Amino acid sequence: MSALVLVPVVLPLVVAALLLLRRRRPGADALDRAAGVGVPLLVVVAAAVLLAATLGGRTAEASAGGWPAGVAIALVADATACLGVLLTSALTAASLVVAAGTREDREPLLVPLVLVMSAGVSGALLTTDLFNLFVFVEVMLVPSYVLVALGRRGPAGGRLYVTVNLLASTVFLAGVGLVYGTTGTVSLVELRGAAADDPAAAVAVGVMLVALAVKSAAVPLHSWLPGSYGAVGPAVAVLFSGLLTKVGVLALLRVWAVVFEGDARVAWALLAVAVLTMVVGVLSAVGEGSVRAVLTNHMVSQIGYLLVGVGLATAAGYAAALFFLVQYAVVKAALLVVSAAVEVREGTDALSRLGGLGRAEPLLAVAFAVAALGLVGVPPTSGFVAKLQLATAAAGAGSWWVLAAVVAVSLVTLVSMLKLWNGVFAGSRPEAGDPGTDGAGAATGRVPRTVLVPALALAACALVLGVWADPLLTASEAAAAQLVAGSRS
Amino acid sequence: MTTAVVVALLVATGTWLVLRRGLLRVVVGFVLLGHGVNLLVLTAGGTDRRGFALPGQQGGGPVADPLPQAFVLTAVVIAFAVTVHLLGLLRQGQALDEDDDAEGPS
Repeated sequence: MSALVLVPVVLPLVVAALLLLRRRRPGADALDRAAGVGVPLLVVVAAAVLLAATLGGRTAEASAGGWPAGVAIALVADATACLGVLLTSALTAASLVVAAGTREDREPLLVPLVLVMSAGVSGALLTTDLFNLFVFVEVMLVPSYVLVALGRRGPAGGRLYVTVNLLASTVFLAGVGLVYGTTGTVSLVELRGAAADDPAAAVAVGVMLVALAVKSAAVPLHSWLPGSYGAVGPAVAVLFSGLLTKVGVLALLRVWAVVFEGDARVAWALLAVAVLTMVVGVLSAVGEGSVRAVLTNHMVSQIGYLLVGVGLATAAGYAAALFFLVQYAVVKAALLVVSAAVEVREGTDALSRLGGLGRAEPLLAVAFAVAALGLVGVPPTSGFVAKLQLATAAAGAGSWWVLAAVVAVSLVTLVSMLKLWNGVFAGSRPEAGDPGTDGAGAATGRVPRTVLVPALALAACALVLGVWADPLLTASEAAAAQLVAGSRS
Repeated sequence: MTTAVVVALLVATGTWLVLRRGLLRVVVGFVLLGHGVNLLVLTAGGTDRRGFALPGQQGGGPVADPLPQAFVLTAVVIAFAVTVHLLGLLRQGQALDEDDDAEGPS
């Protein structure tokens, strides 16, 4: 069992290295594609086995090199980490399938970069050591810097992204140093409850929480996200949405739940940030004029929902946040794959140049409709269950204003999704559009099957998680209980 | 005290440079910021109670805490890699420097 914990980190790294050793020709070949989809799927299997084993409250551990505890690089799989690895690997596989359809995998470096990134993501989710968290987050970010630079705006497109994330990483490292200076350890197991005992340690961990809030794109530290996600290709946008901010939120949840133990003296600030993030994100989404821009601004809003669950600081809140995170990542990936399909078919995603796709591409319209309803939270989609959980947790904690905000933001979400529906799928195409001047590429006039099938599959997942929510609910409740009780030793 | 002043100087200069226009200044700013933070992490090992880096050097005495040194070693490697990447971006993107204004959060 313990060897299985190493798989999500080691396997993608080894395969990426082997792929890089091959002689490169331009264009993707079958081996690249097989490795890009096969490796994440193997990791999914490993994570599922680990998840089944950890649901009872036990954890699986592996430490590299046989060093004593505190020096060894230890990976500990608890239910939260397993859920995260399962989710991110599945989305990695989906985004690489889409990349074949959008022709982004003509870039020979794509598959190795994505694999290294997914190794970093898994490591960041599995580690219990704050410094190793920093290292794994860097392993995740460095390939993403390259992917942004390879994106459609060229090397200059990623400057904002690289600068902001580098600054956040520097702040995080400073936080690690401060934590070590005040407490003498960087192990989350030993830091449990440290913030309540020692104000200096609380401030030191607070520095790290701020850095993680930048990576999660919480308002007011969010403005890097919409621009950066607009600068990459459509399939890479699916990948980024599934991986980057999710790691930020999950790390924040873990550090917060373990070190602060949901301290009520600080929780109100987190809740305020969460509600602000929800409101600002959705309002900026409503005003945007292209499919991808609406969706990326929505990410900020949904991060707010996740942070609400974290900020409620109860086991029910953490469970709701975990459930929300899994289903939301799936729903958002479905929407971004639809957006990728629109970009490939039409050569643009500007709402003013689109229309009438509902008749031409009925399957795509169905995928969009189901996913959009999931994002809004209409039954029987998974979004409804997630928002119900969150609202119940908020009511249970007596935060009625948060409950009101959750409902109000959902209504505005509905408005923005209707705007997309009306702009892309309903009505008819506007006349006399001059095609493709925004650099998105030429219109191909058809949706490749490798883009349509992932869109439908992800939308179907949103339905399944809504109708048959029980397994994921059980898993997220078990994960939250582990986070609160601290069975990670 | 000396390290605190040096860290403050490095971080202040680094922050100022990162906020400048032009990627080269930003890169140099991040190098300085990285140095400052690395010093801070080293200080977390406790410079006042610190001995020599290796046991057996100039007799006995207390040994320096090795863990922050390992941290900094790792961080230096990462910072080096990212700096090289940024310089590569700088060189590739030189023709696009006029686009700087479009880079702000919109």
